[in-house]
Amino acid sequence: MSAVISARNLSKRYGKTIAVDNVTFDIPAGRIVGLIGPNGSGKTTTLKAALGLVPFEGELKVLGRDPRTQRDELMQDVCFIADVAVLPRWLKVKDAVDFVAGVHPRFDRKKAEAYIANTKLSPDMRVKEMSKGMIVQLHLALVMAIDAKLLVLDEPTLGLDILYRKQFYQNLLEDYFDEQKTIVITTHQVEEIEHILTDLMFIRDGRIVLSATMDEVGERFTEVMVPADRADAARALKPVDERQVFGKAVMLFDGVPRSQLAEYGETRNPGIADLFVATMKGTYA
Amino acid sequence: MNTFKWLLKREYWEHRGGFFWAPLITGAVFMLLTIMAIIAGESLRRATDEGGTILKINGVEISKLTQTMSPGDVAEMGSGLDLGTLLASTWPFLVLAFVVFFYCLGALFDERKDRSILFWKSLPLSDQQTVLSKVFSALVIAPVIATVAAIATSLGFLVILSGYALFHVGNPLTLIWGPASPLTVAFNLAAALPVYAMWALPTVGWLLLVSAWSKSKPFLWALLVPLFAGVLVSWFDVMEMLGMKASWFWTNIVGRMLLGTFNGIDMVYRTAKDPAMQNFNPQGPQDVLALFSAQNSWSAFTHVDIWVGAAAGVAMILAAVYFRRTRDEG
Repeated sequence: MSAVISARNLSKRYGKTIAVDNVTFDIPAGRIVGLIGPNGSGKTTTLKAALGLVPFEGELKVLGRDPRTQRDELMQDVCFIADVAVLPRWLKVKDAVDFVAGVHPRFDRKKAEAYIANTKLSPDMRVKEMSKGMIVQLHLALVMAIDAKLLVLDEPTLGLDILYRKQFYQNLLEDYFDEQKTIVITTHQVEEIEHILTDLMFIRDGRIVLSATMDEVGERFTEVMVPADRADAARALKPVDERQVFGKAVMLFDGVPRSQLAEYGETRNPGIADLFVATMKGTYA
Repeated sequence: MNTFKWLLKREYWEHRGGFFWAPLITGAVFMLLTIMAIIAGESLRRATDEGGTILKINGVEISKLTQTMSPGDVAEMGSGLDLGTLLASTWPFLVLAFVVFFYCLGALFDERKDRSILFWKSLPLSDQQTVLSKVFSALVIAPVIATVAAIATSLGFLVILSGYALFHVGNPLTLIWGPASPLTVAFNLAAALPVYAMWALPTVGWLLLVSAWSKSKPFLWALLVPLFAGVLVSWFDVMEMLGMKASWFWTNIVGRMLLGTFNGIDMVYRTAKDPAMQNFNPQGPQDVLALFSAQNSWSAFTHVDIWVGAAAGVAMILAAVYFRRTRDEG
């Protein structure tokens, strides 16, 4: 299986600040990858490099093409939602559909119209008259009707209420994703996407600190509720994180067999949010 | 895939107000002012003239005017009317100059400011095509619409005059539509379009370059860079080292960077160089009309200025394409 995105020693600096520091990774086809990192960790820069929006150092291939020199061909197969509210304010719903239908060879007009019909959007409505949630609905309707091989979503649900957010990911999973497509998502609302991800990448200070499939994450990391009297014994196994809940210690272990941990207390799979917090400890210190 | 057609449509959707409504409304306002001026003039005439309701020109009743005129008089009257129609047509073009100027200034800046550039860049649209669609909108679409509005305004002007003639029992066919040649005026206006496009290229190129390059306040950059350069050149007598005057720099660099969107401004430049225009000494309206004839407009292409400016414009447009590709929207 060839990689959809393949980075070798990818770096990007802004003046003296290093935004992306010599990273190497592969994203295979048919995956939904969560690229998770704190503010300023380089996740948006990495995605921008992959989309040919910024120059960079090192080697980066997207669908086998170089985004610096072959951007125009690349955009036939790649689509992205960069941020909320990037649709121009003067654009009407019907004009947006006409335009994308006119310029994109892989756009399915019927699909976009069917999706719009399920929302409160009307053909003559302009973006400036819409709420944030409606703008994202329109954007998603346009993007989902494009049969792209790679879809990049950078904070697609920022500023949306929970109803819109749930609906957004549900539509993405049910109506868009299939094994021919690859989706890369960055978001701070990690809890909401963990059930749809197949792969996880943690990025911190411009470096990839964790890259694994969700199955691997489940095997590697275990969370244990340890009663106070057994806490010291459990600590000997070197948990990567520990917090207190109702007088019990919740410890996170990396690479310790679950059978071994079971004797100290109740074990379970950690949430991505907890894993994230444990991994990023001291980021802002 | 007719991508370019859709890019042009997009520009039109966004700028319908400037491209379409502004010249149209200006023409309409001019016609309204004309009607008001005629009504005011008529009431003034009635208040002071002993002739009462019958309009006389040089003591001849307007209804009998054409009978008493010699063919030479009719021709002169026609030229006068044509000059009037030409003047009527200047209003939409004046608006066009400002519309094109500010359109170019915002064309590649506004999309970065509101970050909608990220939406356009998420579609298979190249930077060349996008910038070219904006150049084409500025140099062809907007001027063509303004020209149509100008022709409509000049015809409307004649219709208003006809109404006035009818009101005084004159025959508009013999008084106005016979002697005047509105179709020739319209033809001359349309024929000047390629001259406009070529002459405006350096200004359009400069404004698009600033629009693609500046991080904020493109208007100030667009204005201050050439003006400040002009001041420096004047101050340090740079041009004199090249055996030229600082005024050359102001006219041929600063002026061409900023004033190219005014229709017919090439005439101002040609008066300085073209011997035929240097000795221009109008004997009557027909000479002024000849100045704006298609033949005279097109002779702009025989001057090297227009080509040098166009080449500079193309170079700046290429730079604008480069900046649109590489500017990071952080």
